[in-house]
Amino acid sequence: MSNKKVLVGTRKGLLVLEKKSGDWKIIADHFMGIPVNMVFEDSRSNTWWVALDHGHWGNKMHYSNDQGGNWTEVDAPQYPEGEFMKEDVPASLKYIWAFAHGGKDHPGSLFVGTEPGGLFHRNGDSTFTLNMGLWNQPTRMNNWFGGGRDYPGIHSIVVDPRDSDHIYIGISCAGVFETMDRGETWAIRNKGLRADFLPDPYAEVGHDPHLLVACAAQPDVMWQQNHCGIFRSTDGAQNWTEVSEEEGPAKFGFAIAADADNPQRAWVAPAISDETRVAVEKAVCISRTDDGGKTWQSFRKGLPQSYAYDIVYRHALIADGDDVLFGTTTGNLFASGDGGESWTTVSNFLPMVYGLTYIS
Amino acid sequence: MVTVKFTRALRRFYPDLAPFEMEADTVAQIVQGLEEKYPGLQNYIVDEQGHLRQHVNIFVENSLIKDRETLNDKLDPGNEVYIMQALSGG
Repeated sequence: MSNKKVLVGTRKGLLVLEKKSGDWKIIADHFMGIPVNMVFEDSRSNTWWVALDHGHWGNKMHYSNDQGGNWTEVDAPQYPEGEFMKEDVPASLKYIWAFAHGGKDHPGSLFVGTEPGGLFHRNGDSTFTLNMGLWNQPTRMNNWFGGGRDYPGIHSIVVDPRDSDHIYIGISCAGVFETMDRGETWAIRNKGLRADFLPDPYAEVGHDPHLLVACAAQPDVMWQQNHCGIFRSTDGAQNWTEVSEEEGPAKFGFAIAADADNPQRAWVAPAISDETRVAVEKAVCISRTDDGGKTWQSFRKGLPQSYAYDIVYRHALIADGDDVLFGTTTGNLFASGDGGESWTTVSNFLPMVYGLTYIS
Repeated sequence: MVTVKFTRALRRFYPDLAPFEMEADTVAQIVQGLEEKYPGLQNYIVDEQGHLRQHVNIFVENSLIKDRETLNDKLDPGNEVYIMQALSGG
């Protein structure tokens, strides 16, 4: 069995990590100096994908079929002429924020989520096309808005492994949407969420799920780290229940990782909300639940516990069995081999970390 | 004929990029011409609506172009056109 590897997207390039003899080491870097805002491996073909956010030249996409030996640029998603991201503002790609493959029964199918709120799809070598079912969703123009970015953005795409026509997306800020027909029609799935920043916290649309994930073995169990707390669903997002800690750090944050096998287990990276955006009490911890969110344990061993300002971005906390990793806005990268209970430092000297993903 | 020149920063992505001459009456025609000569380069300069990217500047001689949306600034024969990155961030 080969060693586990991870791709790390940072503000200054792409890193490749490998776990050797129990320790994670950086073994390669790519795109030096360029912000790599998303990383993804298409597990069907072991193709690596990156989204680059050039400060000057726009958002680009590259892939590699040979473990980073060679990279090929493809045309990034483009919004069609005549489409508007809000009244009188023509739509244009602002940011690439999510990748997902389109199911094992659709080889070559790739979904990409973007700001300002468009879901794009390509098949094989085709160009990306905008999903008009979602783009024309009646609430988009007046009830979706930016959360942390100027325009609404799709940061989560969850394709049901049992049925690839069944897809969820998460949008900041709009909420969760579900399609049963591969994107022809979309339903709003925000029941049970609370948006404290809206005049009506229980509005149908306008919620801010920072990240939406599902348990791979039981996909009806879904989790979201929301701006207003941690929420869980056991019925495929038909209903959401808040599972934040009442007393304790597990409430606000950006990232959440669901255990692939155990629907009761998930990890979050707590932070202080709007006022300061730093680690809770300037001490970094990772919180884990093993009982579906009824209780949380906060683990700190090996993590900085004073004057720590680390925030974990939404795609920067990942879990694979007992191997858990996270990277932070201050360039720290930590790894755990015991389900998050204790941590070792991979590096303290990285650029801001945007996202991580396991690769085959 | 006008002469088109580039910031060196673009040579990271287009190593063969070099100044060249072309017939063009407007800046928009230059961007179209670029695409024929260097496929994909246009997307580095303008967005999908054809608007000049926020942090890209185009100069005609020493003057910034005025029309960043349709790039309709007129050119005179002999003009030098510079495609540059803006100094955003200091």
